[in-house]
Amino acid sequence: MNKRKIFGISLYILFLVLPIYWLVMMSFKSNEEILGSLTYWPQHFSFENYMTIFTDPSWYMGYVNSMIYVVMNVIITLLTALPAAYAFSRYRFLGDKPLFFWLLTNKMAPPAVFLLPFFQLYSSVGLFDTHIAVALAHCLFSVPLAVWILEGFMSGVPTEIDETAYIDGYSFPHFFIKIFLPMIRSAIGVTAFFSFMFSWVELLMARTLTSIHAKPIGAIMTRTIGGEGVDWGLLAAAGVLTIIPGCLVVWFVRNHIAKGFALGRV
Amino acid sequence: MNVKIQNNKAWFLVLPVLLLVAFSAVIPLMTVVNYSVQDIFDQSRVFVGTEWYREVLNDPRLQSSLLRQFIFSGAVLLIEIPLGILVALMMPTKGRMASVCLVVLAMPLLIPWSVVGTIWQIFGRADIGLMGAFLNGIGIDYNYASNPMDAWFTVLLMDVWHWTSLVALLCYSGLRSIPDAYYQAANIDQASAWAIFRYIQLPKLQSVLVIGVLLRFMDSFMIYAEPFVLTGGGPGNSTTFLSQTLTKMAIGQFDLGPAAAFSLVYFLIVLLVSWLFFTTITHLDNKK
Repeated sequence: MNKRKIFGISLYILFLVLPIYWLVMMSFKSNEEILGSLTYWPQHFSFENYMTIFTDPSWYMGYVNSMIYVVMNVIITLLTALPAAYAFSRYRFLGDKPLFFWLLTNKMAPPAVFLLPFFQLYSSVGLFDTHIAVALAHCLFSVPLAVWILEGFMSGVPTEIDETAYIDGYSFPHFFIKIFLPMIRSAIGVTAFFSFMFSWVELLMARTLTSIHAKPIGAIMTRTIGGEGVDWGLLAAAGVLTIIPGCLVVWFVRNHIAKGFALGRV
Repeated sequence: MNVKIQNNKAWFLVLPVLLLVAFSAVIPLMTVVNYSVQDIFDQSRVFVGTEWYREVLNDPRLQSSLLRQFIFSGAVLLIEIPLGILVALMMPTKGRMASVCLVVLAMPLLIPWSVVGTIWQIFGRADIGLMGAFLNGIGIDYNYASNPMDAWFTVLLMDVWHWTSLVALLCYSGLRSIPDAYYQAANIDQASAWAIFRYIQLPKLQSVLVIGVLLRFMDSFMIYAEPFVLTGGGPGNSTTFLSQTLTKMAIGQFDLGPAAAFSLVYFLIVLLVSWLFFTTITHLDNKK
């Protein structure tokens, strides 16, 4: 029984890793080798593809741009979602349930629907091609998700803690920052991770709202497809570099990630 | 479950979120509604009422991509949910291996969607990709760029690769919440593995599975970047899903009215299904 389990999970892991392995290998090959013959391991390890990316500002600025709007998005999301989630988890108020569902519907809105209006809206307020525009647009789905996750976690904290703090003479902001937030710090970590993740993987809106100064890496990658065919090696190297940030942050939240995916409801 | 207090001042805490989301959601949504009832030539706008709605609902192009979309989402759910449960059951529960499994499982979820398309584009090509070369090597004529069946197979496989981990992670955390005592009791009763799964594990997975189905439905129904990069919707229109048809209409051909009208129909479909799931979730929450 146990051997079968190990065999099964190994098979699945292999299935997950193989395409990534192939991408990584390809990024170290030259284009002649990629198109020449199928090799499982680069015959001549070359860092040329990576060097191209790291020395050309129009390439590496793509990563910087993506990073900037992702971080902005995480900060805005956390600042607004924390008090809202607290309100939803602690109080009943006029229209709370419809409001909660309405927030969720924004996660469900197909981005393709909003592309053109978004473009017009952000152009008209002069935010087109800025990092903050992409960050705000991504809030459309990261904020509802954050409220949902945080609400799930916060509902697990007994209300007695709030009451005791008030009896001890804490004001609400004091209590919220000094006592409540440290108690749910793992939830905050998970939420930050999810905002990061959904903003990092999204490209459609980011590409629509930017042209030069805030262009995300995903949009720059299409440059490798040129007149004389595709620069596969460079494309692979750029792809590998987009995988790395995710792998770095996931290690810190690995024990909470499953609970986060369940929106704090397990 | 905590008892909630009635307090309308809580609105102040919700206000920032409300303003933020309203700015990004309500204004664009109203714009879409506007488009859907108007005919726009350069500067002049003519109110056309429900004309676009009648037009798009009879448009064979949209109908066929809607049908493809439902088949795709259905197939995705049918494959990924059982496979995800299976993977969660097989995952090690303790030690270093468990951490490694979690991280590897989460990896596909953290890759930008367009890059997922790129990875499979490379992986599936017969000349430079491992999978394409392998399939052709063992005598299967495989080419996702020219054969619709192969394209479908690749898009589905890509989605399974990309998203099954989500279901698996959800189920994994659901399984971890089952106390050991349940298993001990089952052992004393000499329950079979199937009986343990059916009467202990599956009921515990119920609530996470609802969330899993909801997320997978929503995301697969809105799929855009991955098939766009992988097949560009082709060959022909065989893997052109709803988002792509809409984007082509709105930005490619500038048919704003029909595109907006259909966007709203699309949104309503997603909304309706999601509302069903949402009520189920809250119902389950209350039952606990």
